[in-house]
Amino acid sequence: MDRDVVETVSLRWLRRLVIAAFLVVTVFPFYYMLVLSVRPIERLLLDPGALVVGFGELTVATYAEVLKATDDGGQGFLTFIRNSGLVAVAATVLTLLVAIPGAYAVARLRFFGRRQVDFLFLAVYLFPTIVIAIPLFVAFSLANLRGSLFGLVLVYISQTLPVSVYMLRNYFETIPVSLEESAAIDGAGRLGIIRRVSLPLAMPSVMAVALYDFMIAWNEFLFALLFLVDKPNRWTVSLGLSLLADGVEVPKTVLMAGSVVLTLPIVILFFASERLLTEGLTSGAEKG
Amino acid sequence: MTTTAPGPGRSPTRERPEPPRRRPLTLRRRESRAGLALVAPTLLVTIAVIGIPIVWTVVLAFQRVRLATLRKTGLFGDFTMDNIDRVLHTPGFAETLWVTLVYSVGGTVGSILLGLVAALVVRRPFRGRTLVRASMLLPYVAPVVAVTFVWQVMLDPQLGIVNAWGQRLLGWDAPVPFLSQDSTALTTVIVFEAWRYFPFAFLFLLARLQAVPGELEEAARVDGATPTQRFRHILLPQLLPVIALLGVLRFIMTFNKFDDVYLLTGGAAGTEVVSVRVYEFLTARTDIGAAAAQAVVLAVVLIVFVLIYLRFFGRRVS
Repeated sequence: MDRDVVETVSLRWLRRLVIAAFLVVTVFPFYYMLVLSVRPIERLLLDPGALVVGFGELTVATYAEVLKATDDGGQGFLTFIRNSGLVAVAATVLTLLVAIPGAYAVARLRFFGRRQVDFLFLAVYLFPTIVIAIPLFVAFSLANLRGSLFGLVLVYISQTLPVSVYMLRNYFETIPVSLEESAAIDGAGRLGIIRRVSLPLAMPSVMAVALYDFMIAWNEFLFALLFLVDKPNRWTVSLGLSLLADGVEVPKTVLMAGSVVLTLPIVILFFASERLLTEGLTSGAEKG
Repeated sequence: MTTTAPGPGRSPTRERPEPPRRRPLTLRRRESRAGLALVAPTLLVTIAVIGIPIVWTVVLAFQRVRLATLRKTGLFGDFTMDNIDRVLHTPGFAETLWVTLVYSVGGTVGSILLGLVAALVVRRPFRGRTLVRASMLLPYVAPVVAVTFVWQVMLDPQLGIVNAWGQRLLGWDAPVPFLSQDSTALTTVIVFEAWRYFPFAFLFLLARLQAVPGELEEAARVDGATPTQRFRHILLPQLLPVIALLGVLRFIMTFNKFDDVYLLTGGAAGTEVVSVRVYEFLTARTDIGAAAAQAVVLAVVLIVFVLIYLRFFGRRVS
């Protein structure tokens, strides 16, 4: 047998094996999360190696406990969900409001400093977050903004802006200029052109950016920890889960239910829009 | 970059000679104004929430500031080198830097290697490919708090599945406290890092692989190149620029990372990276000056590393 045949055949099998391995490694932790969230803690302690939920041990009491308000003996995750949702939606909407005109300008208009803007975004994107966190912590303490969700929204906008502008800019550049010119000849002003021509055409990209912003804001941890730690009724889901996981009093299975609650919205959003997102994120990757 | 803008291309030099008074603005200048106006909100937010804080951190690094005395300290004045001095001489400084470096290099190399393998195996269409591709992105999109928590429980000595199976199948004598003993904690954190961020490399490499023209490989096949030879001589050279870029991006991001290590180990068992140390200075000791000084050290070291990297791989990255 020549080398080509040997390699082709063995690689074909190796490839299937590797795909299976990747699937197991990436999906298993999420499966495990789900399984633990519906098992009672006593059963978990007895048999920590179980891969499936045993017959008759399925329970949703964990979810009830994690979601119920603290006054009713629960962990208050409903409040956390409300906080997270509020912050993430507000941050997404505001980021888009700021990013769309900005991205349009960088893509289409010649103005002083347009090239520097590009560099600025890259630098901001790659700069250590913890460096920014210190003065913000100080400033928010001074302005009594610590513990307010508004401050958090403001920080999230700044964190998602660079990538949002970058992704939208790439998309705006693919829209033919002639379309905008004809609108201009028909008497549309600059804002009219953006609203009536460019924006509708850029809708897929706007959706992708919105999803990206929402995910970043929903998942964020460091700033939530720095700003909200003293106010349990303002905690986001991420913060609440991490702080409760530090203690020993809440059973792990109940917290697993909490992490399912935290993960599920993101996974659903992601699978619903996977193609949109991956294409949005890598558009421009070919420039390498 | 320079896509033609809708305005007529009047060259700037022709506008320069003193426009007569009361003439309406040229289209070019109106365009410039519109551009600045539209980009202004973006710039304002960026400057207010990112630009000013960066400068402020540098200022704080040279001041004596604690959270308790914050209101009394003016923005300027009383500059001192104490913080830098204290940061450099607090025990564990060198070790933290070393740990951060090992963690960043390990996480970067691991995630790129995994991403490369993943991109190579899902490159060609097969049934269920879309689903497989989406599943591979899960670690990257899922909330960091949820995935670190699951890893903690999986690796837990008492109720973790890894130790249960390790003892049952692999014959481990005793449960391994992966995240709390010095000999395994850093490795575990690096493995986590590779697991969580390989999708990032995977996405970029897959996009690049799919842009490689099919004729190239076809020609090599006709010339008798085996699959591994085709990878070595056709695909790899095409991928190298992307790999070099990913190297610098992932290194920077891992070097700055806080969440993952903090949530997994809290910086214990020899995993204290610089950003976790900054956080400790800031909250546990409420020593803002020292935290800022430590953060500045982080940024400076990072910039030095990136410059060294660009020096060696600069041509590829650009």
